[in-house]
Amino acid sequence: MNGPADVIFYAAAALTVGAAVLVAVLPNILYAAVALLFSFAGVAGLYVLLSADFLAATQVLVYVGGIVVLLLFAVFLSNRIAEAKITNPTHFRLPAAVICLVLFGVLSYTAVSTPFAVKKAVYLPTTADIGELLMTRYLLPFEVASVLLLAALIGAALISRPERGVPESPEMEEGKR
Amino acid sequence: MTLDKLLVVAAALFCCGLYTVLTRRNAVAVLMGVELILNATNINFVAFSHFLSRVMGGQIFAVFVIVLAAAEAAVALAIFLRMFATAGTVEVDFADELKG
Repeated sequence: MNGPADVIFYAAAALTVGAAVLVAVLPNILYAAVALLFSFAGVAGLYVLLSADFLAATQVLVYVGGIVVLLLFAVFLSNRIAEAKITNPTHFRLPAAVICLVLFGVLSYTAVSTPFAVKKAVYLPTTADIGELLMTRYLLPFEVASVLLLAALIGAALISRPERGVPESPEMEEGKR
Repeated sequence: MTLDKLLVVAAALFCCGLYTVLTRRNAVAVLMGVELILNATNINFVAFSHFLSRVMGGQIFAVFVIVLAAAEAAVALAIFLRMFATAGTVEVDFADELKG
């Protein structure tokens, strides 16, 4: 595959990695969240090139539409807006950069030098296949994931609920008297 | 577009996420790094499934990773809000005691 597809691949890869680097280095956490959005969009583009149309749509819906908005909410709710202090301090910058660069070198060297038995790629719609597999071969993981999602969302609602008028436990009232 | 180029892109994404997790002190930013790492793994799953196999296993696994990432983000952000309500900050350095 060459020509336009390669151009699109390099554009999507540059968008993904460039925005991810911005997420890593931008001092303002709001700008980092917006850069994260662009990085996720780039990943969705890569999915399209890999003939994963369902995953690309899911990526846009769940990540770009959901998680980034959730993160922005958290940023706004957990910074004192009145003081206008939306910062994102860092530490251990140099050792972390060394670790990451070395790891990146090792990973890319391994990826480039390993001979993979690449087959001829096919481009077909995948949504029907994924749906069928979820209902047959991967039915148990699917159900487990559903239960986990429900439990996680109930737990999140329970944890983040504002505390109001918690009745004191009997022991404490005993002690008071 | 070949498999090794995609793996290099995923490795770069992973390292950006790792750097974010290692250096940031704001817990929300750490969560952003975790999301980057999960996206890097997803790229690997889909790339291997596209280039090496005929079955959809990699894409199914990526769907489950996305589901888990969404659940994790919801719970983690709820915890951050609770932490902000009790400790007044979301910097991970201050989360050093487990008392309720």
